[in-house]
Amino acid sequence: MNYMVPPGLYAIGNPGAESPVLVTANYKMSYDIVRGVLGGRNCWLLVLETYGINVWCAAGKGTFGTAELIGRINASGLAEIVSHRRLNLPILGAPGVAAHEVKRHTGFNVQYAAIRAGDIPGYLDNGMSTTSAMREITFTTRERLVLIPAEIVNALKPTILITIVLYVLLAAFQGYAAGFKAVYSYLGAMLMGTAAAPLLLPWLPGRSFAFKGVLTGLIWCLILYALAGGDNWSLLTTIAVFLTLPVVSSFYALNFTGCTPFTSRSGVKKEMRIALPAMGCALALGFIAAALEKIL
Amino acid sequence: MKGFNYLSNVATLKISASQCTGCGKCVEVCPHQVFALEDKKAKLINFDACMECGACAKNCPAAALYVDAGVGCAAGLLVEWLRDRRLVGINEKCC
Repeated sequence: MNYMVPPGLYAIGNPGAESPVLVTANYKMSYDIVRGVLGGRNCWLLVLETYGINVWCAAGKGTFGTAELIGRINASGLAEIVSHRRLNLPILGAPGVAAHEVKRHTGFNVQYAAIRAGDIPGYLDNGMSTTSAMREITFTTRERLVLIPAEIVNALKPTILITIVLYVLLAAFQGYAAGFKAVYSYLGAMLMGTAAAPLLLPWLPGRSFAFKGVLTGLIWCLILYALAGGDNWSLLTTIAVFLTLPVVSSFYALNFTGCTPFTSRSGVKKEMRIALPAMGCALALGFIAAALEKIL
Repeated sequence: MKGFNYLSNVATLKISASQCTGCGKCVEVCPHQVFALEDKKAKLINFDACMECGACAKNCPAAALYVDAGVGCAAGLLVEWLRDRRLVGINEKCC
């Protein structure tokens, strides 16, 4: 499928020399949403070549950037088409665009309008001024929910491989029932990291994503313990379950840092330095417990 | 950002008060309200909310801001780490 819109200057409605100019990425979804909220208005939409990537990610990469914007202003002949010198950009495009350089090279003033496309009509009706709410990023339950399917799909490939290995190992040593149990235990732990942790993010205690994942993983262990006959587990099995499954949830919760709009690179680096060795130790101890269980 | 707090005291963001001209562009671009203008100078009022996106430094005409900009993504950092050590030739398509 093609998610790109040809870059260039688009007319929305019947714009003239005085009409406002808005700038967006050539990701089809960005373009369609911006065009949608501008329905019934007359304005210009300058679409930058971001190779089908959304504004924020493209700004991070630099494709939604100063050079591309300057080039697109010149290529479209915008200076001849409009009489004013004002461009309205999405706030999340700011990591890629140096407003003062655009001004220096083209004479156009870059104004950062709003974070969400849905606020553009309000911004335009407000005399093109940004309210503090338009400038504040959010991460609502709904905004987190829509990310979860992608998290699960991305986790599928390793999950299939790991569950097959788990099933074969457990089935070979302890029988088919044990193999089946290992598979749904793993799947549950994976979902606690890819779905439960993102969903419960603001309510899980702690700041570290890996820690939040450990908590959802432990909840899963307790559920298993209660519903899958934990009373009958040996001490070593119980140790193995409570050490290894939270590692799976924790890893996927840590992975969710990349999907949020508030984690910093330095912060993720710091928590990875602590979390990854801790995960390795927990896994190793869990496997030792499981192996001892077989030997003893 | 209401309801969300990430690790504190980690951001690489720095401001040089002597270079700041008080233009307010950083206040305009920061999605986490890290800055405020006080006495015609930008002040860090919410340092721990910084996600190091780099928008402020990029848009500061006086070059008064520094931040080691990047994406706070564990998967991205893992790939970077592995690639630096030439352990994998991953061509990850991610943001």
